[in-house]
Amino acid sequence: MKPLRSVGIVGYGAYIPRYRLPAGEIARVWGEKGEPPVREKAVPGLDEDTLTIALEATRNALARAGIDPQEIGAVWVGSESHPYAVKPTGTIIAEAIGATPYTLAADLQFACKAGTEAIQAGIGLVASGMVKYALAVGADTAQGRPGDALEYTAAAGGAAYLLGSAEESLAVFEESLSYVTDTPDFWRRPYMHYPSHAQRFTGEPGYFHHVLSAAQALMERTGHKAEHFRHLVLHQPNAKFPERAARRLGFRPEQWKTGLLALEIGNTYAGAALLGLAAVLDEAQPDERILVVSFGSGAGSDAFILRTTEQLPARQRLATTTRAYIARRVVIDYALYARYRRKLLTE
Amino acid sequence: MGIPGTWRLRNQRLALIGEVCHTCGKKIFPPRDVCPDCAREAQHAFRFSGRGEIYSFTTVFNPPAGFEEYAPYTVALVKLEEGPIVTAQLTDVEPDQVAIGQPVEMVTRKLQDESRAGVISYGYKFRPRMSAT
Ligand SMILES: [Zn+2]
Repeated sequence: MKPLRSVGIVGYGAYIPRYRLPAGEIARVWGEKGEPPVREKAVPGLDEDTLTIALEATRNALARAGIDPQEIGAVWVGSESHPYAVKPTGTIIAEAIGATPYTLAADLQFACKAGTEAIQAGIGLVASGMVKYALAVGADTAQGRPGDALEYTAAAGGAAYLLGSAEESLAVFEESLSYVTDTPDFWRRPYMHYPSHAQRFTGEPGYFHHVLSAAQALMERTGHKAEHFRHLVLHQPNAKFPERAARRLGFRPEQWKTGLLALEIGNTYAGAALLGLAAVLDEAQPDERILVVSFGSGAGSDAFILRTTEQLPARQRLATTTRAYIARRVVIDYALYARYRRKLLTE
Repeated sequence: MGIPGTWRLRNQRLALIGEVCHTCGKKIFPPRDVCPDCAREAQHAFRFSGRGEIYSFTTVFNPPAGFEEYAPYTVALVKLEEGPIVTAQLTDVEPDQVAIGQPVEMVTRKLQDESRAGVISYGYKFRPRMSAT
């Protein structure tokens, strides 16, 4: 997809909570052997949730954009862990940054790709001229059932993107594509605290089919080959899946290493691909091409080709970098993790 | 605090919006409509930067009702860089790592989330400064 008027990113921001639960702690508690899917995962503090994560990422995006929040015409937050089942996260974000009252605000839901869905919608709204700026956020505080394989990776974090005209942007969307099918790989019914997953749908029919199909179709349509990209960012439910998908697409490790954070912070769900992109934008130079492909269970992928502009370097250090959040790290044990994630019955 | 109070205070709680005196220029937080310096009325809204430093602090081990799960936590008087002193909880810091004069910055966190069915109260807390600017 290519809008009639070119749209880009005028500001971006990351947030990752400071607590880390090492995979070894989970393996110790459940007596499991073998190589864990990540080294450690980011865990939110007791006073954090998807809203507080999304809000700090948004404030960082605003610091880099330097725009008047009153000119933001859409505030969209993608997550599978919104604080309320009914009451939008978007209105609280809009109020806190001063974007109210003349703005759209809504929460999106599409497992791990809800944030990139918000970006696709935002591109359309900005390109049409209906709004000057649109805010798209992907953030989660994912919960894994104690003892479940997902407990190793279900993490917390998020990233925010302010979209605007290409002329004001630090990176411009060259082309995008979305690819969805009905796939029963992972779901959560209302009132259920933990998600369920169908193991046989998780790998090939879920992640790989959608990520590879979206990436290949977008590369074919635009005539791009792997070597035309400086960076590749994929959804990262663990460290192995994105590496394997990247190899199958013909990419080399130096293209994906900057945007692959899963080993250090786990799977931040709706935040995962967007945090990877934030880490890349923190380091990228002008005129570099980036391929981003998200994945959400259920299932689908959004793929974007971005090209950085001359305006990027001056804005990289206007807010806390993704790496600075990763470096801010307090290791906790399983007992504190159980308390922080409210897994203990206290009455 | 009840739902009406939480709603009424949302601008100061979520956005650290106070006032600036249009007569003498003093920055005021929390907003009180009358300037504490020159006693003039009708102030303009002013969004504080959120940057400040610890003026004084104490650690709470026996919290009031509704804050039990966060204990022990540190409450500080934070001197904002625009002048006013605000009382707030610190977050993302061990109580023994707090010092007078320490640079801090505002973050929005859950203040209270007592019942699983009620409205969540969000507001400002301060943490050791990590922002780039
Ligand atoms: Zn005055």
